[in-house]
Amino acid sequence: MNSELFLTAGVVFFFLASLVSILRPNLIVYLFSASGSILFAIVGLYLLFAGPQSLDIKLISGSALEFSFGGDALSGLFVIIISILVFAVSLYSIGYTSDMKNKGLMGLLFNLFVLSMYGVVLSKNIITFLILWETMSIVSYFLVTFEGEHKSAKAGLVYAVMTHIGTAFIIALFLLLYSYSRSMELSTIKATASNIPQDVKDIIFIFSIIGFGTKAGVVPIHTWLPRAHPAAPSNISALMSGVMIKTGIYGFLRVSMDILGSGPEWWGITILIIGAVSSVLGVMYALMEHDMKRLLAYHSVENIGIILLGIGAAMLFKTSGLYTLSSIALIAGLYHVLNHAVFKGLLFMGAGAVLHATHVKDMEELGGLLKKMPYTGLFFLIGSISICALPPFNGFVSEWLTYQSLLLGFKNPSITAKLLSPLGGAALALTGALAAACFVKAFGISFLGMPRSSHAEDAHEVSISMISGMAILASLCLILGIFPGTVTGVIAPVSFLITGSYGIPSYQGLIFISESSAGLSPQFLLITMVVMAIATIVFIYTVGGKRKITFAESWDCGIPSLTPRMQYSATAFTKPIRNIFKRIYLPRRELSVSYIVKPFFVKSIRYSGEITPFFERYLYEPVVNIIHRIAGKVRLLQSGSLHLYLGYILVTLILLLVFGS
Amino acid sequence: MEYLQFLLIIILSPLVNGIIKKLKANMQGRRGPGVFQPYYDLIRLFKKNMVVSNVTSWVFRVTPYVVFSSAVAATMVVPVISNNVAFSQMADLIALVYILGLGRFFMALGGLDAGTAFGGEGSSREMTVAVLVEPMVMLALFTAAISAGSTNLVKVTGHGTAFYTPSHLLAFSAFLVAIIAETGRIPVDNPDTHLELTMIHEGMLLEYSGRYLALMEWAHYIKQVLLFTLAIDIFFPFGLTSSGDALSIVISTGIYLVKILLMAFLMALIESTRAKMRFFQLPSLLGGAFVLALLSLLSYVMMGR
Repeated sequence: MNSELFLTAGVVFFFLASLVSILRPNLIVYLFSASGSILFAIVGLYLLFAGPQSLDIKLISGSALEFSFGGDALSGLFVIIISILVFAVSLYSIGYTSDMKNKGLMGLLFNLFVLSMYGVVLSKNIITFLILWETMSIVSYFLVTFEGEHKSAKAGLVYAVMTHIGTAFIIALFLLLYSYSRSMELSTIKATASNIPQDVKDIIFIFSIIGFGTKAGVVPIHTWLPRAHPAAPSNISALMSGVMIKTGIYGFLRVSMDILGSGPEWWGITILIIGAVSSVLGVMYALMEHDMKRLLAYHSVENIGIILLGIGAAMLFKTSGLYTLSSIALIAGLYHVLNHAVFKGLLFMGAGAVLHATHVKDMEELGGLLKKMPYTGLFFLIGSISICALPPFNGFVSEWLTYQSLLLGFKNPSITAKLLSPLGGAALALTGALAAACFVKAFGISFLGMPRSSHAEDAHEVSISMISGMAILASLCLILGIFPGTVTGVIAPVSFLITGSYGIPSYQGLIFISESSAGLSPQFLLITMVVMAIATIVFIYTVGGKRKITFAESWDCGIPSLTPRMQYSATAFTKPIRNIFKRIYLPRRELSVSYIVKPFFVKSIRYSGEITPFFERYLYEPVVNIIHRIAGKVRLLQSGSLHLYLGYILVTLILLLVFGS
Repeated sequence: MEYLQFLLIIILSPLVNGIIKKLKANMQGRRGPGVFQPYYDLIRLFKKNMVVSNVTSWVFRVTPYVVFSSAVAATMVVPVISNNVAFSQMADLIALVYILGLGRFFMALGGLDAGTAFGGEGSSREMTVAVLVEPMVMLALFTAAISAGSTNLVKVTGHGTAFYTPSHLLAFSAFLVAIIAETGRIPVDNPDTHLELTMIHEGMLLEYSGRYLALMEWAHYIKQVLLFTLAIDIFFPFGLTSSGDALSIVISTGIYLVKILLMAFLMALIESTRAKMRFFQLPSLLGGAFVLALLSLLSYVMMGR
């Protein structure tokens, strides 16, 4: 009963926020949104711990167009994840949107977008799900094109086309499900799923990969993501990358693991391979991006890949009947869903703050920002450490769990699974190392060293609302990292729902997997490192006493003075990796030099380089070309001559008369 | 004993580096500095005043402490002479790699912080080498972990894996290449160079001085002995005691020291007989080692040993 009250109140708050946004400025709008997210978080907790019976709301009941809301632990977890991010982003938006042109419209779309995401994960029947899914896509399209530049319009178009192709597959798979269950209710569909023949299940599974994978952004259907996310305003990018793409994961889990139960082995293997490819290619392309927001968008592709590695392992275990292990792997994946929402939201907000303060996205024009923006810099550093999965922050725990699940994959009976699981682990290791390189670049080039342009020189710290939004998520990065037992305890009901096992016993600060007798305690690790650092300081003072620090210029090899242009640039930093993996990047570069006296005195050098966007060029362009060619053929029919069209009508009429009778 | 064995690594690590230097010098027909020279260097650096670039931020000054304490924390989970490791539930093999990764992450940031080309060059190369090494290390460790059924180091060591099985020999060869790369030795990096164009590790440390430099160097020594110990623990895990009586501790300390000396000898031998490779030739060496690690896994999966 109570949870319905909270849900209604939450919806009312968001509607109020949308209404207020037309009349009144920022502060009230986003405070309403933040309060609404707290109410929804309570709903989520109800669903997680009190079970599905705790929420059941029907609108227009009894008709074909019945809206039905509710859910189970899986919905609950996603509601909580959305709430965490919406709360922080709402606070951030107060400051971020304050000098926007269309603040009112922004407030309205923001709140509708959030509501539609809640709606998607709380839908209990097909119609509700599809309508809200489409609402979410359309509202987010408007948000992508919000800034109204030519580039964002194009990004919006790509996004709209791809997301609708995805939706087509989702509609198709729901129609298939409906044709066997004759019911719109997801719970009925699940109960009757055993009637579906295996080959139809396979088709549904493939459709769900394409349909939901487009939203989640798995390779090779990720190409909208690095265009659309950077085009949107940063608070929206945080929401899109943090939670909207996770609705794809939600949908996939709902259909393939919850409704269909378990499938043959190749399902899990497919997901494992997709996960490995997405994670490695995602981070590789991220490394070559010097636009901060595009870089982060590619990292979303990477992290979705890591999540899928966990889910794929879970599917393999479920097929083999190893339910405890399946539960552990699923917990790893879902833990990463939560973590990625937190740190990616944080990083996008940080990038937004930098953009707000400097008005440039290109890293090559930044530098030295840590001194100008100390808080943003600190929080961005925390986000970077988390996304690189370094201890003791949150990304580390979920990746560690993913490693464990992949290693335990050796307990699967089949040789393929035995071999592929550790190879997935190697892919994860490669991903981790590339991510570390990428964020050394992202943080090091933007925040350390000397400012590379006057934009960076004149940067200033952002407003308190933006800082507080980032501060919340930055502290969550640490909290989710050092209390892993608590988090797995929260996720356990979800994984029990899907696998029938709780997986890991919940300890407070320690994770212990009895199947591999491996333990991890980030909490203790953090304490140890702090104690060791203090002990080191004491030791140094005992041995060396107090010594003074002289500040001087950096070592300049004796030339008068170093300029910012002599620093390592982002392009130079990534050069070795571009060179080593040139088979993947297919880099192209142009160098033109003009001389005063050839070849000794150089007047100017112009360098430009780019990597080949492999999937756009070799996958999408041919398809687009084929469509163009077919369209060209079809154009012959449409000559523009009125007589010909009248002739068509005549022929059609005759044919109808002949065959109709 | 189970609480304090990690101190052995921390205290002995400069000595091991001194021994490697001495052995190298002898193999090359030089006398070389005494084996205790690294200790004198560290003490001297601790007593010196520091010059810090005015471009740097707090990240530069925090880095030495993060690097050092992460290296120390990593040693705490490794069985050195006793198989009772008090802190073994803090982190396992995989976590160990990531704890060292934290140190590397900060070291690379420290390299970029002074805004010089040398620092950036060092950071860029270090991260590139890490990209090539990390999957290989993980695969080699996976083979060991899978055959022991656990990633916990005590379990892996206690499993007593037979080092002569094909999978372990292959994994050991891959791991050996990884040690060379991670400790910045020839043919990957030259620990003795200060020629700007060739350095990797030293490039990142160029702006550090005094006690900061001492901490970074010491952390590097610790990491080196830690990796040696790891190789011993995983691939040659005999001679560890599990009881606490004085005699067995003395015996296993002796065995440990002999094994470390052998590793040091091996390193000196490799360094003296190889030439440094060009940076862009590294992928062929490290890629080759990756293939070894892969074969080791295949061998274990297909043949079961």
